Parts: sequence; structure tokens; C-alpha cells
Amino acid sequence: MDVNDEKPRIILEEYKVTQNLPSETTVLDETFDIRKFKKKFRIVIVRYEKYEMEFDFIGVHPFLANTFRRLMLSEVPSMAVEKVFIYNNTSIIQDEILSHRLGLVPLKANPRLFEYRSEEAKEGSEQDTLEFELKVKCTWNKEGNKESARADDIYKNNNVYSKHFTWLPIKNQAEMFKAEEVGPIHDDILLAKMRPGHELDLKLLAVKGIGKDHAKFSPVATAFYRLLPDIKIIREVEGEAAERLQKCFSPGVISLRHSKDGRKVAVVNNSRYDTSSRNVYRYEDLKDAVIMSKIQDHIIFTIESVGAMTADVIFTEAVKILKNKCLSLLDELSQS
Amino acid sequence: MGEYLDSMKGKSLSTVFGDPSQYRLPIKEVEEKWKLVPAFLKIKGLVKQHIDSFNYFINVEIKKIVEANSKVTCDADPLFYLKYTNVYVGTPDVDEGFNISKQTTPHECRLRDLTYSAPITVDIEYTRENQRVAKTGMLIGRMPIMLRSSNCVLSNKSEFELAKMNECPLDPGGYFVVKGQEKVILIQEQLSKNRMIVEEGKFGIQCTVTSSTHEKKSRTIVFVKGNKYYLQHNAFNEIIPISIIFKAMGVTSDQEICQLIGVSNMEKFMSTLEECHNLDIFTQTAALKHLGSKLVAKRFVTAASKVKTPVDEARDLLATTVLAHVPVEEFNFRTKSIYMALMIRRVMDAEVNKKLLDDRDYYGNKRLELAGSLISLMFEDAFKRFNWELKSIAEKTIPKIRATQFDVIKYMRSDLITNCLVFAISSGNWTIKRFRMERLGVTQVLSRLSYISALGMMTRVNSQFEKTRKVSGPRSLQPSQWGMLCPSDTPEGEACGLVKNLALMTHITTEVDEYPVVRMAINSGVLDINTVGTEVLSSSKIYLVFLNGNILGVIRNYKRLIQAVRLMRRKGKISQFISVYPNHQQKCIYISSDGGRLCRPYIIVEDGIPLVTEDHINKLEKGIGMRTFDDFLHMGLIEFLDVNEENDSLIACYERDITLQTTHLEIATFTILGVCAGLIPYPHHNQSPRNTYQCAMGKQAMGSIGYNQKNRMDTLLYNLVYPQAPMVKTKSIELTHFDKLPAGQNGTIAVMSYSGYDIEDALIINKASIDRGFGRCLVYKNTKCVMKRYANQTFDRVQGPVIDTMTNKPIWKHQVLDNDGIVAPGELVENRQILINKSMPITSSVPGNTTNKVEYKETPVAYRNVEPSYIERVLVSTNEEDAGLIKVLLRQTRRPEIGDKFSSRHGQKGVIGLVVEQQDMPFNEYGICPDIIMNPHGYPSRMTVGKLIELLAGKAGLMEGKFHYGTAFEGSKVSDVSEELIRHGFNYQGKDVFYSGITGEAMEAYIYSGPIYYQKLKHMVQDKMHARGRGPRAVLTRQPTEGRSRDGGLRLGEMERDCLIGYGASMMLVERLMVSSDQCEVDVCNKCGRLGYCGWCNSCKSSGQVSKITMPYACKLLLTEMQSMNISCRLTLTHYCQ
Repeated sequence: MDVNDEKPRIILEEYKVTQNLPSETTVLDETFDIRKFKKKFRIVIVRYEKYEMEFDFIGVHPFLANTFRRLMLSEVPSMAVEKVFIYNNTSIIQDEILSHRLGLVPLKANPRLFEYRSEEAKEGSEQDTLEFELKVKCTWNKEGNKESARADDIYKNNNVYSKHFTWLPIKNQAEMFKAEEVGPIHDDILLAKMRPGHELDLKLLAVKGIGKDHAKFSPVATAFYRLLPDIKIIREVEGEAAERLQKCFSPGVISLRHSKDGRKVAVVNNSRYDTSSRNVYRYEDLKDAVIMSKIQDHIIFTIESVGAMTADVIFTEAVKILKNKCLSLLDELSQS
Repeated sequence: MGEYLDSMKGKSLSTVFGDPSQYRLPIKEVEEKWKLVPAFLKIKGLVKQHIDSFNYFINVEIKKIVEANSKVTCDADPLFYLKYTNVYVGTPDVDEGFNISKQTTPHECRLRDLTYSAPITVDIEYTRENQRVAKTGMLIGRMPIMLRSSNCVLSNKSEFELAKMNECPLDPGGYFVVKGQEKVILIQEQLSKNRMIVEEGKFGIQCTVTSSTHEKKSRTIVFVKGNKYYLQHNAFNEIIPISIIFKAMGVTSDQEICQLIGVSNMEKFMSTLEECHNLDIFTQTAALKHLGSKLVAKRFVTAASKVKTPVDEARDLLATTVLAHVPVEEFNFRTKSIYMALMIRRVMDAEVNKKLLDDRDYYGNKRLELAGSLISLMFEDAFKRFNWELKSIAEKTIPKIRATQFDVIKYMRSDLITNCLVFAISSGNWTIKRFRMERLGVTQVLSRLSYISALGMMTRVNSQFEKTRKVSGPRSLQPSQWGMLCPSDTPEGEACGLVKNLALMTHITTEVDEYPVVRMAINSGVLDINTVGTEVLSSSKIYLVFLNGNILGVIRNYKRLIQAVRLMRRKGKISQFISVYPNHQQKCIYISSDGGRLCRPYIIVEDGIPLVTEDHINKLEKGIGMRTFDDFLHMGLIEFLDVNEENDSLIACYERDITLQTTHLEIATFTILGVCAGLIPYPHHNQSPRNTYQCAMGKQAMGSIGYNQKNRMDTLLYNLVYPQAPMVKTKSIELTHFDKLPAGQNGTIAVMSYSGYDIEDALIINKASIDRGFGRCLVYKNTKCVMKRYANQTFDRVQGPVIDTMTNKPIWKHQVLDNDGIVAPGELVENRQILINKSMPITSSVPGNTTNKVEYKETPVAYRNVEPSYIERVLVSTNEEDAGLIKVLLRQTRRPEIGDKFSSRHGQKGVIGLVVEQQDMPFNEYGICPDIIMNPHGYPSRMTVGKLIELLAGKAGLMEGKFHYGTAFEGSKVSDVSEELIRHGFNYQGKDVFYSGITGEAMEAYIYSGPIYYQKLKHMVQDKMHARGRGPRAVLTRQPTEGRSRDGGLRLGEMERDCLIGYGASMMLVERLMVSSDQCEVDVCNKCGRLGYCGWCNSCKSSGQVSKITMPYACKLLLTEMQSMNISCRLTLTHYCQ
């Protein structure tokens, strides 16, 4: 199959993905050159919802996009609970499992304002540690509806949620941050279930860390990209077949146009949101009507932040990390 | 036909035959008829057979046993007697000392190492001197109580009440708690008793009957040798010509013998008859006299036993021991001789036609023995011994002249029966001398690895065959096992096919009273065997009627009898478990009401129409009119068929298979599988051994044990931290509540190759998934110690930690101890730290001499494991002997690491080969990273198509937000699932575009990915990894110790040695086998060749020619040990350069 144009593509065939060789040289086979890169490279922000964004990365080799993806997943730092001091835990959940759960609670704190805590440091300082307290005691609910059989009516504090975290500012932290700037991002994360007589008394220390060390430090829920799909109809498909063709793709990808002589003809409307499901290949008669391809230097990036930093900040952080890495590499090279 | 038409007169054709247009329509399928299965399980349950059988024993049979042995008399005093008038088994309690007992719960017994048992009390009547005394409520022993049986505190309790007693509502019960251990009495399979089996024997065809009654067990064999017929029996020391037996039974005329057997075979029988003539036996007395001389000498001849003549003895023997189950009243041998004749006829017929041979492995010839009948055997034996002991005490004490009057109740000790039962259940050794029965391994410890393993154990069937024998017959899957035993669930290896599991709907019958059946049979036209002439027996029109292996009578219109029995059964007039079936070859009708038959419910089909309709099921669902399964039984819509009757029926699996001849319809086809195989989604798409592997592995999966798992203190307990219900369920999963106590997690898998660390079924696992809790598990272990009291008023003690005087803190070993000398909960203990600081008195002090100070020896309980543990809980209590009991529960949390074993539900096990960072994992267009990457090479050779479908169905279920079903022989169809995937924008084949996490480029192939239920198995590297450089050595041989627990060496075995020899690496060999093992320097005298020491040869009394050589210590040991046996080994030494 051949799609004759200058763009580097991969073609989604029925059983495999093949490379399409474009007529001109593309980013994929050029050596990296900053001037050319600057000329070709474009970022288009498609959707920005503070903690979630989708943007296009155009004119770039997938390796570069992948580098940023990898950095966001594993090297952009964030804050998470690392140490738990258990003064009392009479609930049924085991200490280390509770601690594990606490660690996974996403925290609202700007990691850029903190430093990494050194291995040797015994006491956390205001620069590297956030301290929380979790003191919950479950009791019988005396006021509530007596007839109710719901656990929430019978007991008080039977569920421990992330909202029960209380922030204990260290030194001048109270001045540095506002109270609403620090704490768990979501209030309704269930941490433990308790019954009267059960009690939790914990002190939590949150530190800055990176996703490579533990997934809880990853600032993104996930960051990924895909290549821009490009679908071409190479022969006219009409009538019932056109409707069938439309159903083979995500909604909005194919639209039906009434041609002048009253026939329904399938045309490509917007192939961007196709899910590459390749269901056209189920139909023998439609197989040859479509070429499904993806443009290799057009990358659709999606970042889903956990909530500590906005998605764009995470991306710029990743860029900074890459820059530092490059600098240190150059540094190493020049030294040797 | 005329009659029939007459009766139909006046009715239109359509009222009689229905609408003719409907005839050709297929029978409507009742979709939801499987809902009868949960209804069945509600009343019968998976372990109901155990409980039913135990209930039967406790409520009915124990009374019968006591009644049968109700009188104890004494030879010394004819007036003395002791009579049991009644017996009761109470509710479980525990002795609190001072004869105060309180009700107990099974959980308390588990924790405190007690036996969950109830008192057996009797009402008695006896003579004290010359008075008659009656006494009620005498304790004679304690009976271990099966959980959830009628006497258990858990029976008929609500979930809330169960929770209060720390009991899991999903726990099936059916096991015992003995000394704190949960013990199951496995179902024992054996050949059915009191039935004729014709088979190929040592000399030719033989007919065997194993008779079993309460009093006697014996085996009678009639066989052909040459052309003569003989009888073999344990009571006779040689084989007896059958004609002599007949004569001894009073059938003296040769003609009558021949008539009994059947006239057609006259010539064949001639030579047997001749035998009598040769021996000059013509009368009954002569025959008995002859038999009397062939008796096996009795082992103990008691003086008290009446002196009997051999003739009397032989007659007695014939009446009671030979074919013991055939009743002989007042020495009327008529029934027995007919029975014996029939045995001969069977042998004769089988000689002509080999097809008449019976199949031993046919499941209709098997009976399953359950806890109730096993315990009743044990109890009867113990009770007899108890009575015998009372009797012998009475015999000994009554003649003596005493101050106090003889009161027999003083000698009634309860521990004989208690100990006998407790010992039998806790050791599993079932020895009953009376029946020469000796069985080992009848009970097993209930495996609490996971809920399913416990449940699976309750349905296990153990067979009596020897495991080591290489026989294929008993091991292979018999067609008659259809629906009764799970075709998949059997272990691999030596017990393969011998250990079986019950299918989901199997029920095992308990004994039913014969009397109503006898009456009904007589009313249906059965003629008593004693009232018909001999020649009738061999008539071709007559059918013999058997009831539980005994001849009941004859009948001409056998069809009427069968119909009558079935009708009465369906109407509920006789027990629903009575079965009837004809055997046309043998011209017999067999009616059975005995216990231990396997049976299974079926929907009755009449005239091609199943009786259960949509309407019935709707009523069941709504609970109007027909609420339970029993209602269906009572209404005659459903009936139980046992294996034999099943074989006489035509059963349709589905409505579409129904023809006019069909008699029954399957309720749900998936019920032919058992509990363990029921977990597998789409098992009908898998290669069968894979299902078998999964059945074995499902029992090793970690998960939840029960709702009370946090309260338990088992020696070893595995828990998954975040167990999940499987995405692809089956109906069996819901029926067994596996979704409430699951053992596994739904992992997203991608079927692809990744690095080289995935060969040989290894899995690649995502580190972020592990970080987030995938496969995380808890391992609980317990340590316990008993604080004993000794006879000399001393006792074990526990002391607080030793304080280091320098730092004023406890020493490291005692760091985790609380002030009371027991570890504090929540503490982290490391290797060699002390858990319980116990010390024991040195028993030097003389008893009674308490004044001097007792010296103590430290006997601390230390923690021995390289990996530290947390202390979960500490229990301080007392056990049965009132000694102190301290249990410490230790906990470890483990995250998956390289080498941990995982398995899907399709017999596809694998270990983790590599843990990969999330950023290196491939991802798809939705940003999904797989949790597990599995190599596609696992599929082609295993042919586990079910796994492929599970993935597809799971993926569609995720999108739709629902569970798909993968029930056997049904479940969601692939085409439907694919449609669902398409609806959500996925590829219909389940293959997605993936991007490499390392290069960032799209992959060339589409990757099959989606969720699959993965089980974490109990095998973890942490418990297995082992290496050693230097370490401990065995004292005797000085070689490195063996085994991981002793930090042993890694053996260079024979085969490895052979490799080295073959390669010629001699120095390497020396290094491995000697230098690194047990090298030892010895002095050898060159002159005499013996071993010396310190450069001195003791036999030559010189040090002149002693040289030092190195050899393995084991060799030196051999030489010296030989010497100690007066074998002197001499060594000849040459210099290695020569």
C-alpha cells in the first residue's frame, strides 16, 4: 500500500503495522538539527483543563515525545507520604498496609518549593518535609437515627477518609503556605474502616521523591501519546456499505454526504479521534476501500495530572529535567 | 386400543392431544432453570452430605448401636445386669474445672487447642446388690461434633449470630475441631457391600459377595475350578465343593439343587454333584460334619464359651457368617440356598457369555462412606469395649468380699470412648479389630490456604486402592461417573484418578428404613421367595426382585413394580432416595435404599415434555408457592437418580435434545463440574489437562480464607491484601461464593514478547502495579508454647526482659519483649530475638520437698527467620489439660518479587522473570500500561482457548461495567463480546495498537491485551531461596547438613558427579566431593594397612611406616565402623607419582 505524500506514516494493515516510505526526507531519517527542528516544530494545545491536557507535538521524532513521557512518569518529582509513625492503631488494618495506603494518597503541595530530603537526615526540616497528623477514633453515634441500620448512622468516624489529615506546619511553614494549599487533593479517599473502640493515631511525613523510586511519587496519573490517525477512503463507498463503514470507526470520523445524484457517500470528516480499532477489516468488501494510517511526526500527547501540579507545569518540569540531564552530560563529556 | 378409544369418547381431539399445530414446534427452553441449582445448594449444600450423615449418626444410629448393645451381664453374678435405656448427644461444651462446663464455640476451640465435643449421656438401669437402680444422664464419653451439624451451636444461626461467635457465615462446616486442629473425614469410596460381583478370578469366573452387617463382615466367593464349582470363605480353611454346602443347608436332593440353580446347566454341574458322592455325603448331618472338620481353628477359645460340637459350629457358621447379610431364621436356609444357587448361575452364565461379567469400576457398584458411618463404626467398637471392660470389672470385683456394695457406675469412665474417638479423628488411623479394618489417613487437616481449598477438601473422595499400584482401571474416568464426580478435579501423579471430587449437585444418600419398601413391593405383586416353587425361579418370564442385595421375591409384571416405586417416590410416599432399576440380562429388579449411593437431581420428562416450566421458575424466584427445592421434589417435578437408575434413564442435556423416549432433563449442564473446576471460565474451550492443572493450582492460590480470617491463629495462613472478584465469573463462582472470598486479582495483560526474561512461562510485571498493591500478600505464622505444671509443684515461668546494666535498657535479644516476658503486639522482631522468655524448672527437687529454691533453665522461644516479622497478636489462655498456652501470631507483608509464582485460571503458571518500570512498559492509545506481559508461546502448545476468551470477555466487561459469564458449556459468546468491544471503539479481536515504552515507536504487531484473573500462588522465592558458602556440618559424617532449614549445602548428586567423571575433571571431583565436603587427614600404616593415629600404628606398635593421607571422613567412618564389626579393611598405599 502506498500513500503518496511527504509525510512519514505508519499504515495499519489488517494484521500488522507497516512503515510507509515518503518521497522526501522527514524528521525520522534526518539527524537532529536544532535549526531545522526549530523551524518545523510546533505545539498546538488542543484541550487544557488545568489537570488534564491534550496537545499536539508536530514535526518531532517519537523518541523525543517518548523522552518527555518517560520523564513525567518517573522523574518529575512530587510529594507523597513516605514515613508513618504509628502511635496507636487498634483498627483491623495492618500497620504496613495502612502506611502503604497513606503513601498512595496524592498530596496537594508544590514540589518545586521543596527539596529532596537527604538519606542521613533524621529530622525533617521545613524545606523538605510536610507533616500531617491522622487522629481518628470511632465511637457509637448517640444522636443519630436510632432505627437506622446504616453504618454511618450507627457509628461516628467509622470510615477514615483522607479529609481527616491535619497538617502540622513545621517552623515557618504556616507562613510559607496557606492551609488550603497543603493536604490531600481528594477528600474522599477511603483509608480504613473502623468500629467503636478502634483508634488511629498517626503522624505522617511527606517528602519529595520521584516516580522511579515508587509510583506514589509520580505526578501524573498517566502521561501518554498517540500518533495522529489519518484515514483515507480510496474508492467511493455508498449506500448501506457507507453506513457500515461509518460504524467501523469512532463517531465523527466518517460522515455521510448526499451526492448530487442522491446517493449516500462516505467521506472522512475528522480522523483525529479514531481509536485505531481497525474494525473495517471485518468486511471483505470494505477492506480495500480504506487506508488507515498514522502520521509519525504528529504526536497527540495527553497528560493526566494527579493534581499537585497542573499538567502544563509538569510538562515544563520534564523539559527542565531533560535540559539538566543534557547539561550534565555535556559537563561530563567536557571533563573527560 | 379399543378400550382407550372408548375412554376418549366425547372429547374432542384437541383436548386430548393439544393443538396439532404445536406438535412440530421445538420445546421451549426454560432459560432460568439453572436457578434450581442455588435452590438445591441452599437445602443440600456442598458439604451437606457430611452433615446429613453425621446428623443421621448422632440422632438415629447411635441409638440403634446402644440398643443393640444395651445389656451388660456378668458371669459371676447372674442377677447383675446393666441396661442402657436411652442415649443422648448433647451440645458442645468445655470443662472449666470443678465439674462446671460452659457452652463453647468452634472458634474458641480452634484458638485454645481444645476439642469441639459434646457429652454422650445415657440413661441406665442396673442392679446394685439386689436393688434395681435407674439413673439418668450418665456421662460415658465425649463425641467430637461436626461443625454445622444438628448439635453444633452454629446450626440454624443467622449471619449476625455467627459473626458474634467469630464464625464465617460462608464457612461450609462439615469438619471437626480436634485439639484445635480442623480435621476433615474424607469421603471413602469402596465397593458396595452385599452385592454379587461376577468377575475373572484366579481360576476362572468367580462370583464374590462381601457381606456386611452390624455384627459380621465376611466375603464369600463362588468360583469354578476345572469344571467343578467351589465355595471359598474365610471361615473354612480350604475350598468346599458347592454341593456339600447345599447339602449342609438342607437341600439334600441332587435334583433340588439342580432345580435351584436352573435346569439347563445339568451336565455342567454333574461333576460337582459327584464330589458329594465320592465323599459319601448324602445327609445334612454328614455335610455339616464334613464342614465341621474344615473350620479354621479359633484364635482364642474362651473357657466360658459353651462347648459346641463341630456340627453345631458349622451350622452356626453357615447361618451367620457365610453370606452373613442373608437372614436365616431358625436355621431355615431356604433364602440362603436360593441366593447361593443364583451365585452359581451367574458364574455359569458368565462362563458362556463374557459380557455378563460385572465391571468393578462401574460407579453403580461403589458406595461412599461418610463421616457418620465411619464414626459410628468407631463408636460402636469403643462402646463394645467400654461394655466389655465394665463386664470384666464386674466379674473381677463381684466375687470379692467388700465393705461397700458394688456400684457399677463408679467404674464407668468416660475417657475410653472420648480418647478413642479423639485419637481416631486426630490421627486418621481407623483401626477396628473386630472387622480387621485398618485404614490410615482417613482424616486430613483442613487446608485453609484459601476458601476454595477448604471447600474443595470437603468434596474430596478418597478411594481404598493402593496408590503405588500401576492399575489403570480404577484411575480412569468411568462413563458412569457422569454428573456425580468432577471429570477435571483429580491430582496428578500417584493419586491420579484415585482421589476424586464430587460434582456440584451430587448428593450422597443416607440409609433409609427398608420396611415401607418391602410392603410396597409386596402390594405391587412381588411374591415372597419362600412361597414360590423352585422351578419358578428359572422361568424366563419371572423377574427376581432384590432389595439392598437381598432377594425379596419374584414378580411377573416387573414393569408395574418399577412404575409403582417411581410413582410413590415422586409422590413423596417413600423416600426420594430409593432407587429402582431393572437388569434384563440377569432378569432382576434391584431396589436400593442403602446409604452411600451417589445421586443427583433431574427434571422429570413425561411424554417428551419437561415438567418444570417457566412458571415454576418464576414462582421460585419470587418465592410464591414454591419456595424451595423441596417443593419441586414434593410436587414430583424433580427427582433424584442414583448411578444405577441414571443408567436406566434417557437423559437429555438440553430441551432441544428431548425425544419421546427421554425420561429426564438435566437441570444445568455446568453442574457436572466440581467446586474447583467451577472457577474456570470457559473450561469447555480448554484442553482438558489444563483444567486439571488449574484445579490443583486453585487450591494454592492466596486470597481470603473467611470473614473471620483476622481472628484466626493458624500455623500458616496466606492472605492477599487486595483480593478482587474475577471480571469473568461463572455461575459456579456465585454459587460457591468465590466472588465474596476471592483469591486473585484482575491484571491487565498484554500477550507479547518483552526482553528475554519471559521465556519458559516467565512473566514480566509492571513495577508501578506492584507499588500500587498488585500481588501484595500477608503471611501469618504462629509460634506457640505451653506452660506446664509439674508433679513436684513446680511450673514453667515467663520472666521479663533482662536489663543491660550499662545502658539501663533491655539487651538486644529481649528488646521486643513486654514487661511480662512475652513480645508486644506491633513490634518488629528480627532473627534470633526472643518471643517468649520462658524458663523451665530443673527437676532436681524431691517431690514434696518444696522448701528449697527451685532452679530454672532458660528455654526461650526465639524467632528464627532471616526476614523480620511483625507481631500481630498474642494469645494467653489455657488448654485442655489446664496448662497455660501462649500463642504468638507473626505477620509479614510481601510484595511480589522476581521468582514469585503466579497463575491464571487456565493451568498457566509462571514465575516473575523481570520487574519493569512503568515508563519502559508498552502502552496503548488509551494510555493503558499492562500489569503483566505474557509470552505468546504459552498458547499454541497448551491450547487454552478459554484464556483467550476470558481476556476478550473481561475487556468487554470493563467497558460495559459489568461481569461477563464464562460458565461451562454456556457463558457469553465470543461474537456478542466482540460486538460489545466494537461498540466501545475497540478492535473486535481484542488486539490494540501499542507503543514501545523504550523507543517510543508504534509496534509492528497488534497486541492482544485485556484483563485476566491472576492468582498468586503460595510458592514464593523468599521461602525457597537458599545458598551457602560455609556452614554447619552433620556430627556423624562431618558432611554439610541437608536442607534449607538447616542452612545445608547444595548437593552435587550422582548425575552431576557422572558428568564430571565423563569429562575427566578429576581435580574438580576431588575438590567437590572431598575438599569442600568432609576432608579429613588420617594416618595409615603402610605395613599393615590399618588406620593409625598421631603418626602411630597401634597394631604394628610402631610409627615407622605411618603416612598421612587425606580422604573423605565418610570413608574413614566406614573403615572404623567395619572394624567395629570385626571386618578389618586394609589400605595399600602407593605414591601417586609411581
